[in-house]
Amino acid sequence: MKDQDQTESGQVPMMQKLLDNPFLLLFIGVASPSILYLGWGLAEIFTLPVR
Amino acid sequence: MANTTFRTCPDTGLKLFSTTETLIKANAVLGVVFLLIGGTYGLFVGLTRWQAVHLLNAQDFYMVLTLHGLNVLIFWLIFFEIAVLYFASSVLLGCRLATPKWAWTGFALMLIGAVMNNVIVLQGNSTVMMTSYVPMAADPLFYLSLILFAVGALIGCFVFFGTLVVAKAEKSYEGSVPLVTFGAITAAIIAVFTIVSGAIILIPTYLWSIGVVSEINTLAYRLIWWGFGHSSQQINVAAHVSVWYVIAAVLFGARPLSEKVSRTAFLMYILFLQLASVHHLLVDPGTSSNFKMFNTSYAMYLAVMASMVHGLTVPGAIEAAQRARGHRDGMFTWLRKAPWGNPTFSGMFISLVGFGFLGGITGVVMGAEQINILIHNTLYVPGHFHATVVLGTTLAFMALTYWLVPVLFRRELILKGLARWQPYLFGLGMTGVSLFLMGAGTLGVPRRHWDIGFAGTGGITHEFPAAAYTMLALNGMSVILAVIGGAAFCVIIVGSLLFGKKLGNEKISPPIIAQPVTDEEYNADGGSAYAIPGTMALAMIFFVSFALYYFINWKYLAETWGIA
Repeated sequence: MKDQDQTESGQVPMMQKLLDNPFLLLFIGVASPSILYLGWGLAEIFTLPVR
Repeated sequence: MANTTFRTCPDTGLKLFSTTETLIKANAVLGVVFLLIGGTYGLFVGLTRWQAVHLLNAQDFYMVLTLHGLNVLIFWLIFFEIAVLYFASSVLLGCRLATPKWAWTGFALMLIGAVMNNVIVLQGNSTVMMTSYVPMAADPLFYLSLILFAVGALIGCFVFFGTLVVAKAEKSYEGSVPLVTFGAITAAIIAVFTIVSGAIILIPTYLWSIGVVSEINTLAYRLIWWGFGHSSQQINVAAHVSVWYVIAAVLFGARPLSEKVSRTAFLMYILFLQLASVHHLLVDPGTSSNFKMFNTSYAMYLAVMASMVHGLTVPGAIEAAQRARGHRDGMFTWLRKAPWGNPTFSGMFISLVGFGFLGGITGVVMGAEQINILIHNTLYVPGHFHATVVLGTTLAFMALTYWLVPVLFRRELILKGLARWQPYLFGLGMTGVSLFLMGAGTLGVPRRHWDIGFAGTGGITHEFPAAAYTMLALNGMSVILAVIGGAAFCVIIVGSLLFGKKLGNEKISPPIIAQPVTDEEYNADGGSAYAIPGTMALAMIFFVSFALYYFINWKYLAETWGIA
């Protein structure tokens, strides 16, 4: 993909901007499993009613 | 060595900076060394599981199993993946590598960690297997060695990200990065999460092993460890899919069917692939079905869809390129005319089919909470991951290595006749390993047991069906075949590096890289190249197999667990 896709108004689409930003992708790729896997799982484990 | 010195590859036209080239070589060579070590241990594991041979005693078996897992699942693959990251950034983007001193520091830490780990486990008091579940304790240096290795790999990932910044700043490319680099970005992102998870759990476990921390919550350990243990295998998936795209481009001049679709599929990996780690916890107490089913049956399916997209677009791109170059007859002429004698192609294609049909389908079965119970913690699990990680990833990396030896090392391959057969030997052996382990697992054979006859256990009388013993014998034979294939690879690669004819700056003949297919070629014959009936037929066969196997497992479940 040599040239970025552009809308008729000449702007780069938002999705394209996301895919072209490795550091934003890095943030999303670390945050997503940290919340949905580690965070959610640990929250359930550490709120178990232990007697 | 100046970081700005480079040569231009006479075959590919790629700009190879000397520091990058040396680091790629160092990481790839060490990867192969650990593959050799880990593969040898795999032979011992297979020959012990074969009940009639039963090579090792219990203590040695578990020690060797620990070494096998760590050497091949962690050390071989991550060393090679760091090489892939440097290739996909510095080489493909044509820029210098960022902070080469840090890259060497990372390399040194990985090497120290891997060697130290092998030494510690061989001393015999860290026989905890790769998972090292607490409260089973290993030598503190065992955890420290893994931490060192992980820190080294993390440095490698940040050198990769730094190189992307260098490339952008120096404008060494225009527009978006190439698709293969984007795949490598995906692999590096997953690697960062993986390594951070490893640090979160291994550092406190190290402190626990030296008495600084009093206890580690076993459920929390398993949850976080699998964020490391399973996600590390997802780095492999992103990396080997990128390798498939590389090989399609260099051997056929193929262009992805749709860059947007392929990039979106990689984005789905970034978002969802790591959540599949939950399938190891499906029978664990402490977490709800909501947590388990969201992460596996919902989120994981989106990652599976991404793999199916790649599984369609890679052969689809090859078919379109082959049709554009004149192989238009019938449904499969493009495939028949593919270079099956070239190990780079045959290795890649066997990897693609094995990963999809064996690894992919069985992964979905294991990710469904209900049918997972049929095979949880049985030999089915190693059967599945030998299909994904060995047949899928290792074979794809082997295939790429055949292409890289002349490009990077400027050496001609030796034993070309053996090289032609090597992917078939290894692929057939590993297909057998996967199928027979899964067969034994379906019969209930546990994944981590030295002796299914329960000799010396003092009273366990469970008897597995005779078919389980047959499966393990067939597995042992398949292991031998796969090890012969793996050894052949090591001999060819190491032998080529040492004794292969030096190529210097001569262009290799026949050319090692295909000219990219042009728009004119694609659009000739009314653009019929874009129709990919052969790939669509293969995709339909895949879907039918998938559906049949999925529902067969539900049938098994219904028989296992009758409703009154």
